[in-house]
Amino acid sequence: MKLTGAQILMKVLKEEGVDAIFGFPGGATIDIHDKLEETDIRHYLVRHEQAAVHAADGYARVTGKVGVCLVTSGPGATNAVTGIATAYLDSIPLVIISGQVPTHLIGNDAFQEVDIVGITRPCTKHNYLVPSVQDLARIIKEAFHIARSGRPGPVLVDIPKNVQQAMTDFKPEQKVKLKSYHPTYKPNIKQLRKMVEMIKAAKRPLIFAGGGVILSNGSEQLTRLARSTKIPVTMSLMGLGAFPGSDPLSLGMLGMHGTYRANMSTGQCDLLIGIGVRFDDRVTGKTDAFASQAKIIHIDIDPASIRKNVPVSIPIVGDCKTSLEVLNRFLEEEDLELLTNNRGLWLDLIDRWKQDHKLAYTQEEEIKPQFVVEKLYELTKGKAIITTEVGQNQMWAAQYYHFDRPGHFVTSGGLGTMGFGLPAALGAQVAFPDALVVDVAGDGSIQMNIQEMATALQYQLPVKVVILNNCYLGMVRQWQELFYDKRYACTCMDHAPDFVKLAQAFGAVGLRATRPEEVEPVLKQGLDTPGPVIMDFRVSKEECVYPMVPAGAPITEMLLV
Amino acid sequence: MAEEKHILTMLVDNEPGVLSRIVGLFSGRGFNIESLCVAETIDPRASRITIVTKANETLVEQIEKQLRKLINVIKLRDLTGSKSVQREMALICVRAKPDNRDEILRMVDIFRCKIVDVGPEYYIIEATGTNEKMNALINLLKPIGIKKIAKTGTIALFREPN
Repeated sequence: MKLTGAQILMKVLKEEGVDAIFGFPGGATIDIHDKLEETDIRHYLVRHEQAAVHAADGYARVTGKVGVCLVTSGPGATNAVTGIATAYLDSIPLVIISGQVPTHLIGNDAFQEVDIVGITRPCTKHNYLVPSVQDLARIIKEAFHIARSGRPGPVLVDIPKNVQQAMTDFKPEQKVKLKSYHPTYKPNIKQLRKMVEMIKAAKRPLIFAGGGVILSNGSEQLTRLARSTKIPVTMSLMGLGAFPGSDPLSLGMLGMHGTYRANMSTGQCDLLIGIGVRFDDRVTGKTDAFASQAKIIHIDIDPASIRKNVPVSIPIVGDCKTSLEVLNRFLEEEDLELLTNNRGLWLDLIDRWKQDHKLAYTQEEEIKPQFVVEKLYELTKGKAIITTEVGQNQMWAAQYYHFDRPGHFVTSGGLGTMGFGLPAALGAQVAFPDALVVDVAGDGSIQMNIQEMATALQYQLPVKVVILNNCYLGMVRQWQELFYDKRYACTCMDHAPDFVKLAQAFGAVGLRATRPEEVEPVLKQGLDTPGPVIMDFRVSKEECVYPMVPAGAPITEMLLV
Repeated sequence: MAEEKHILTMLVDNEPGVLSRIVGLFSGRGFNIESLCVAETIDPRASRITIVTKANETLVEQIEKQLRKLINVIKLRDLTGSKSVQREMALICVRAKPDNRDEILRMVDIFRCKIVDVGPEYYIIEATGTNEKMNALINLLKPIGIKKIAKTGTIALFREPN
């Protein structure tokens, strides 16, 4: 059967189970968009290519499937770069298809030509320029395989226009064969046996779970491990939801804005079990002082994550879920009663930390941003899918919304991309049309991709945007307050649009609360309104996120309220 | 931890952009490259790259792990401390006046090099050897006057077990 490149692409996308694509057409994708119309794959036309990638990313984070986006050459592709880097830093499986100028024009500085393969090399797991139509099906197959396997990540496929138009015999590709790519899923059994012995010997063990647990679908196994061994669990920002946030064994988030008890327990534990984490600087603080009394066990599918930032006693390369399954089996053979019988002292100490320094804020006449998130948690019974922008809004969402399930907290952790939350919410809503999807935003970051309200309206994606509006770029202002003598250089955003009118201009509903007693009614009204809503909460302007560990300080040395 | 020299040899896919991925990884992550050699192998689908880098133990582990993550890196080996053969090559253009020609020829003989081009005022010497030998030769030729030099990085192969 002779097919064009564009038709072959559709065949392979269908084979890969793609049901939604986020994209923006241009001269170099007309052929693909043309053929896309003939399939039952839904295409969501965004208003900026960055949003296409974030939407695909949001879709991937809540479904665990590969997110797909389609952008044109040149500016279309460069606009996508921030989204690609965001997904790369958080290990999110994406396939980004970009159109490219015809092969004979490549290198000519042709209209809308950029070397996007060159540009995205350091921020993709792998990328391809498709040299001819004969290679297309194989490359697309490989792209999906690479994106979703091992440590997931974004893969870009750049398809020149003439390759999209050229015809060739199409036969469905067989299995993907890559001679040098074989991620290690099965953990080393001997190492796991050693791990059991270390757990048995530990007096003050602590589990530190990250995004890898969620990506490997290992939350159930993690929960079982923690509960059977009574080991408390703290999570990275990316790991929130991997273990139920409302479980008594949960210590909440670790790191620069982690809870007091989580940060303190890393200083006192004698065994730290890192699972699907990478010990980045926002978590460890000063690395020399991090978990200084502890032996560290590190489970991760990416060997390069192990011993990158902290020394490790037992490295275990493998899939988190598989490793936890084997570990739980080994632990069944043990006397769990004996193993946990003096855990009380350790848990009591942690509980004392909790009593001493709870996450707290003082209720005043103005609306406190934390109060808005708390109310949101109450009203949604903790069941909403929460996306965030980046900065204070993100940290308050992480601290005050207690995630009990994986895939419900969608945030740009590694890259910290402002403008992520709204398009990611759209992607999550596409994946689960009936779910309640809320973007917790700041007044600064929402303006970075506010144009996507038009996309929300066009496809009737009923996302709710909660703006914690403090008229500042709040997190930078907080640093300026604490470390730069209150010199608020360039962080005051005192000319923002009227978000209520802006919502209305897009055809959405806009609501506003300026006093604490209005918070609940506005939230209720906003959440109950069908269709997209923007809620503008005028919050206390100079509220800070606490606890806070100054950059480079030991993680146990926190500034508290 | 002390920095040591490491010779990393790798087989990679012989495709456009592969070298850029590897070099980009070094520059992007702040790794060091002392020298780099690339050429196709017997199998035209693969190239061999030899990189000499200076790093401490932890860092070289990270460099190797990051390189292995690249889809196009088929095989990688650190030849440091293992039994391997290592060579560099240089073409050295030296000033050769009548009064120092004899001395140059003696050195060429001692170092088992070859004169591959001769002019009224210069010789071009072709030399191969280990990094140490090349440095010794260059140091001895310097006072005579090196006009130009083209040098390869180290290439290395693991000795087959007997």
